Amino acid sequence: MSTIGLGAVRAKYEFISYFREFDALFFTFLFPVIMLGIFSAAFGGMGDIGPAGHQVNFATYYLPAMVAAGILLSGVQNLAVAIAGEKSNGTLKRLGGTPLPPMSYFIGKLGSTFVTGAMQVVVLLLFARLVFGVELPTDPAKYLQLLWIFVLGLLACALLGMALSAVPRSGRSATAVVIPLLLFLQFISGVYLPFSQLPSWMQTVASFFPLKWMAQGMRSVFLPDQFKALEVGGQWHLGWIALVLAGWLVVGLVLTRLTFRWIRKDA
Amino acid sequence: MTPEPVIDVVGLRKSYGIGQSSVLAVDGIDFSIARGEVFALLGPNGAGKSSTVEILEGYHDRSGGEVRVLGADPQRLHGRALLDWKARIGVVLQSTNEENVLTVRQTLQQFAAFYPHPRGIDEVIAAVGLTEKAGARVHKLSGGQRRRLDVALGVIGRPELLFLDEPTTGFDPVARREFWGLIKQLQDEGTTILLTTHYLDEAAHLSNRVGIIAAGRLVDLGPVDQIGGAEARVPIVRWRDAGGRIRELRTDEPARAVTELVATFEGEPPALEVIRPSLEDIYLQLIGHLGTEAEGDADSAADVGSARGESGPSAADTTRARTPRETEGVSA
Repeated sequence: MSTIGLGAVRAKYEFISYFREFDALFFTFLFPVIMLGIFSAAFGGMGDIGPAGHQVNFATYYLPAMVAAGILLSGVQNLAVAIAGEKSNGTLKRLGGTPLPPMSYFIGKLGSTFVTGAMQVVVLLLFARLVFGVELPTDPAKYLQLLWIFVLGLLACALLGMALSAVPRSGRSATAVVIPLLLFLQFISGVYLPFSQLPSWMQTVASFFPLKWMAQGMRSVFLPDQFKALEVGGQWHLGWIALVLAGWLVVGLVLTRLTFRWIRKDA
Repeated sequence: MTPEPVIDVVGLRKSYGIGQSSVLAVDGIDFSIARGEVFALLGPNGAGKSSTVEILEGYHDRSGGEVRVLGADPQRLHGRALLDWKARIGVVLQSTNEENVLTVRQTLQQFAAFYPHPRGIDEVIAAVGLTEKAGARVHKLSGGQRRRLDVALGVIGRPELLFLDEPTTGFDPVARREFWGLIKQLQDEGTTILLTTHYLDEAAHLSNRVGIIAAGRLVDLGPVDQIGGAEARVPIVRWRDAGGRIRELRTDEPARAVTELVATFEGEPPALEVIRPSLEDIYLQLIGHLGTEAEGDADSAADVGSARGESGPSAADTTRARTPRETEGVSA
């Protein structure tokens, strides 16, 4: 079978496994949905926010942030923890004894990540629409914009997750290394706190990482266009979003290519 | 023209770490395995069995020597050639603790897809005795059932050469017997098998030849019934002399010795025993020598094999062979 065909076989079983593992399901798939629910319920009573005349409710305001966080969790967190675990529990060593091409292994990871990531976005949108009455965009162009930001963002995050899986020494320490790192990133990138209200040095730090740009891109999709006045420079900067995400994609690709081994190489 | 061996190992060495702190795990091993042969590597923990096998499987690069497996040097294979080579081998690693949430059948279906000419899923599930568990998730299986799945995953690709690293550790006696039947069946189909094990009865039952490894060296190599050499199998006559001391005599004619003893004692000799060394006695003697002598002086360990061959075991050696656990920590 071809490398891509084998990747599809891997993707199928990765997908089945994903929905049988409670940790992955809860902390990467449902987490953004639950957070959206909590934030919207907690702050819903504080009234609407945004530029005068174009205000939206809290659920609408948090939806783009949660879509971006979902991409980050599905890509970086899920893959870094899962691959580090597979490295330490012998799964990778076993696969390394078979004629499975390493590329098929990655195609399988990417394939299942894209399917579960897309399902997560759909669940988030349905939840926001049905529970909090969030007005979703009607312009098809907005969905095209969602598509490219999603694909580019998830690809970059997935590759970064694969690269990051080489860092922890064991599957157990992977959770301890990766989750705090990403939590920090979520706070400075305007996922939980409104980005426009963060100090400018924090905004600058966040600008070096992909999450800030994914969140900004998702705001450009789901918020009224007038909200761009709140962004740095008063623009959505779609070009910069594409550039930074593509840059991180390349970084992740190179790091993964350099660091991946079926087993830890001895001296 | 003799056919090329499936495995050919010459002067294999492997050290871990660098400089002063480096450890020599494999220290000059030679052996070859013919097509269709079942070869067992025996030895205590840390003797170098797994290091040797994992080099042959292509997991590790060696530090020295030459290796050929199915006509190729695994360390020099890359890309498609490496994958094609892997398609011809089957690897059963030492037990792992994978959190596999797929079922037995799904796991085998997935692995079957990796190989060009896989065996039938149901056929393999039946061969390892997991038919009733085919729909169970792997992480819910017992240790022995998981091990049988490990073996099933090792043979699903119809390998020409199968590596089995301590396959029956943790099996109950019934499961072990069933497993042996499976290995016999694979051998009958022409599969070449390299087995590592702690269990002498397993090696004796399954293998055509055994190699005994201790402290990174091969201390003996040959058919199971010839390991240790003929002199190691010479029966021992033991009795208590008039002074109350235990005496031993190694002789090929134990009956004559006993007759002479009866004449000397003018009756039944006290505490009389005639002992034929078992395979376990011979094995423990082989690795026991090395275990103690290698500790202080690594060089002397190399000579043990030949020294044993040249001069017959002394009375002290014989005692050690009979009751090794009491006299020294062989299994350490």
